[in-house]
This record gives sequence, C-alpha cells and structure tokens, in this order.
Amino acid sequence: MISSRFSKVISWAYLIALYGFIFLPVIVLVLFSFQDGRLPVPPFNGATLKWYGEVFADNRLMAALGNSLMVAIGSSLVACVLGFCAAYGLARFVLPASRLQRGILIAPMTVSYLIIALGLLSTFNWIGISLSLWTVGIGHVVINLPLCFAIIYASMGDHQKNIERAARDLGAKEWQVMTQVTAPMLMPSILAAFFLSVTFSWDEFIIAFLLSRFDVTLPVEIWSLLRSGLNPKTNAIGSVVFLFSIALLLVLELLVFRRTAKK
Amino acid sequence: MTAPVSIRNATKTFGEFTALNDVSLEIEAGEFIVLLGPSGCGKTTLLSLLGGVLSPTRGTIAINGRDMGDVSPSKRPTTTMFQDYALFPHMTLRDNVAFGLKMRKIGKTERHTKACELLDMVGLKASALKKPHELSGGQRQRVALARALAVEPDVLLLDEPLGALDLKLRRQMQDELKAIQKRVGTTFVHVTHDQEEAMAIADRIVVMNAGKIEDVGRPEDIYMRPKTLFAASFMGEVNFIPATLKGRGNGMAEIDSMLGSISLPETILANDALPDQGPMTLAIRPEHFRGVSTGAERMTLGSAKIADGAFFGTHYRAHLAPIAAPDMVITAHMPQSANIEPGTMVELSIDLASIIALPGHPQTPADPATQG
Repeated sequence: MISSRFSKVISWAYLIALYGFIFLPVIVLVLFSFQDGRLPVPPFNGATLKWYGEVFADNRLMAALGNSLMVAIGSSLVACVLGFCAAYGLARFVLPASRLQRGILIAPMTVSYLIIALGLLSTFNWIGISLSLWTVGIGHVVINLPLCFAIIYASMGDHQKNIERAARDLGAKEWQVMTQVTAPMLMPSILAAFFLSVTFSWDEFIIAFLLSRFDVTLPVEIWSLLRSGLNPKTNAIGSVVFLFSIALLLVLELLVFRRTAKK
Repeated sequence: MTAPVSIRNATKTFGEFTALNDVSLEIEAGEFIVLLGPSGCGKTTLLSLLGGVLSPTRGTIAINGRDMGDVSPSKRPTTTMFQDYALFPHMTLRDNVAFGLKMRKIGKTERHTKACELLDMVGLKASALKKPHELSGGQRQRVALARALAVEPDVLLLDEPLGALDLKLRRQMQDELKAIQKRVGTTFVHVTHDQEEAMAIADRIVVMNAGKIEDVGRPEDIYMRPKTLFAASFMGEVNFIPATLKGRGNGMAEIDSMLGSISLPETILANDALPDQGPMTLAIRPEHFRGVSTGAERMTLGSAKIADGAFFGTHYRAHLAPIAAPDMVITAHMPQSANIEPGTMVELSIDLASIIALPGHPQTPADPATQG
C-alpha cells in the first residue's frame, strides 16, 4: 500500500521534473518578455506589452521575419517537390543501384549543418554566386531534401502502385498519374514533410548565418541583437518565434494527422 | 462498345520460366470469356498481354483486327478491373468513375452526367459524393466496374475481381456482372480460379494449366465433355478409371478397364487426342452414379461395396470399393432414400452418355481430384 503510493509520488515527481526541464526555459523566456524593466532577469517587476510594441516597430526585425517566412516556405516547397519526384522514381521504377541512390539521398542528414554551410560557401565562392537569401534557401533545400524524401518515400506502398496502374489503364499519362493520383493520395505525408521542413528552416541559424550577407533571416537578426546584451525585446521576439512554431505544429496536427487518423 | 480479340501463338517467358506457351484463342465480340486455372497456370499473364502491361515474347494480340504490338496500355481499347479495387481514395465515387473521361479531355458536365449514369447502373447513384473508404467491399467493386466501363472500352479485363469478397456476396456479384455484361455488350475477359464462378458467368470457359490451354468451350461442354484429364478434374469432382483402348471398329471401341472389359460406342470417344490403341482413362462424375435414368441407355461397371457415406442434403456422398478392384475408391452420389450402411452392395450403374473418355492415365493414383 505504502510502496504503491510512494511509487506514484515518485512517478509524478519524475513527470513534473521532465516537463520542467523541457519547458522551464521557454516559460522563463515568455514570462520575461512581459518584464516591466530593462533586464529580463528576476525579480519580475510586473507585466507590460512595451517590448512587443518595440519588436513590431523594429523594421529590421520585421524584414528579417518576412525573409525567414519567404526562405522557409520557398525552400520547403522546393524540397518537397524534389523529394516527391525522387521518391516516386525510386519507389516506382527499377533503377540501377537504387539502394545506393537512396543512401546518397538520405546521407546529408548525418552531416552537420556547419559542414554543409562551409561546403556550400566555398562552392558558391568558386562558382561566383554572391551570397543572398537565395543561397540561404539553397542551403535549406540541401538540409530538408533528405527529410522530405525519407518521409514521402516511406509512405509509398505497393497498394498505391496498383492504384497508379489503374490510372494509367484509364488513359492517364505519367505526369497526370503523379499530379492527380499519387500526390493527392500521399498528401498527408507531403504536408507533414512540408511543415516539418518549414519549422526546421524557420529556426535554422548556422547555414543562414554563413550564407547570407545584407538580407538576413530572423535567427541571424536575433543573434546580432543578442550581441548587444540581454534585453526583454529579445525575449519578446523569441516568444513570437516560439508561438509561430507552436501554431505550425497545431496546423500540422489538425490538418494532417487528424485527417489520416480518420481514414 | 465491343470488339473481337484474336490471340495467335502467344508465348511469354520470364528468363527460364515459360508462363505462357504458344497460346491461340479467338474471342468473339460481346463474349463473356473466363480464363480458369490454378495459380501459375498463365491466366493472369494472358490478361496482362491483353491489357498491354506485358508484351508477348512471341506471337500477336489483335483487338478488333488491329495488332496491339506497339500500342501502350493507356492507348488500348481495354480497361481493367483489379482484385483490390484500386479506387482513388482521395476522390468521390463520381470523380473515380469520371477519371477515365477526364483523361480523354471530356468536359466536366458531360463526364459527371455519364459517371452518374454508370453509378446508377451499379446501384450507387445516391452515394456519388461519398469517398471509397465509406463503402463496403461489394460496393467498392461496383464502383471499380463502373469506372472501368465509363470509358466504353471494347474489352474489359477482370483480374480475379471477386476474389476478395465473401462467398455469398461473390455469388450475388457474379449475377450482377453477368447481367451488366449482357446489357453493355462489351467483351469481358475474366480471370478466376473458382470453377463455380466460371460456370456461373461464362459464355465460354478457357481452362488453362502450365501455360497452355487445356480446353475451351461452354460451361456445359467443359463439365460434361472435357477434353483432358486436367480439365475434367479442375471442373469438379470426378472418378478416373485407368483403362486401355484395345481397338476400334464398327462404331464400337473395345476397352480394358480396371473394372473389366467394356465396349463403348465410338460417339463417346469423339476426342481427337484419343489414339486407336493405347492408354486412356474413363472419367465419371459422382452424380452420374445416381441412377435416375430417363430412358437413356445404361450400362453397369460391376458391383461395389459401400465403404462410408455422408448426407449432403440433396444427396448422399459415398465412397465405394468396386469388387473388381477393391483398392480403388469411387466417389458416388446416391439418392436421399438410399441405404448407405457400410458393406452394402450397390450396382455401379450409369448412363452410357455420361462416360467421359480421355487420353492418357492420371499421373498419380493418389491425385486428390480422383479421390475426392
């Protein structure tokens, strides 16, 4: 009796400690973004929305936020299209060394972002492409393509193969099969791949930092803000970023996973 | 629309394996043909050759007189109904049925009207805006049929379409398939390994085995007068009695069988593959021992002792041991009123016309088909 109650207490304590460990930093970040004072450290002096006002009034931050959205959505779209095409080709056709090809496609996942960024940086220098948001986008396609490929490839089964055969049998050309049958059928996993790569691109720093010059993404802008010291304003922008990620997750959950669960 | 199909000397090999061996078959426009055989007999390969999914190693396929050699699957006047339905899960039933028309660039209103007509034909008009996952197996199969017929193919290929349905539903769908085929008049080529299904729906059955056609004919012909041992045993229960043809003449044939010497009229032996002399088999269906004679000429194959029997409703199914060959087991259907006490002696009396004479001997006496 006692021991069962004791183990219950222990497991609750463990649960609270676990979630505390994960979410305490976020709670502190969000809490002190409302700090009425100049320093985002205890004690908490009272709530104000002043810092949020400053964030939204800051043109450079807002421009960086726009850039981040553009890069995230653009690079994720490209990564999804490329990943889908690669998955379709490898799942549906007999290709030479297809295992090796799959391996090579997924391999960049194991390479650190720093290495990828350095590699791209010297490649761009060598070809003579100057750094811009485009190069950041290319970098994000490089890191997100393997992810998109893996997610979409995993969802391509043999049952769908027969459905595609039926479409061809009814007169569909290959591109019509891909766009009107395969892609809509795999939409849940394509959307999952898209939203995941948007979130990855959204808070990616190293590649964005090394491959951008004048226009920068939000993480890079936040980093330059941080160089001038802690400030409730950085907490406020951090909270906005966090809120955006949560919103994306909710969209993913509601739009994609609910729909698949229903089927 | 409908069209005749002509298969000439079609051979398909996969490496060393010959899936289809020099098969020729003429199918008339509007015929309901069933390709029947065990798995691996080449029936699905033949269907794939018609649909263009595979191309023959040798030989030609012509539909409506036009050689299909270099016509891709999507350009052929054929559509396929798949065993696993293969409906588009993200589309409504209406869009599923209209898909082929959309690929043929037919306007939205027109194709929706046509799709609704076809859904009406298969009794699913009210569900036109539902998605496939809301339907039962039988309903999905109906949608697959409507979808395949929407583009008005000359030939509809059915790849074991009823295989995934339970028995009762399968019988019901067979009747519907047959009725719809009669209505639309399209040539149907249907693959199955279920001989009852084949008899229920086919105009003509093509019995296949090991990449070859064993027999072709109306269900009655294939059942009553099969051409080969394989066709006889695949179409239902049968007793094989090994025999030797001694000689033919004067319209009669002298035969030495394991149950004694008999002479049969030549008409029974009307099978080109039978030699003038040599090994042959007498095949007799169990129900032909039932002895309800309607003035037909009867003969006896001697007496037999009942070994055991079971009541099947319409008849008793009994195992008999003939006195002339006590090791042999004959399966016979006996009237409901019969006394099937083990040890009872019965006369092996049959209508002459129901005896089937086949070339060759069964390969193993323990063939499950002969033992029932």
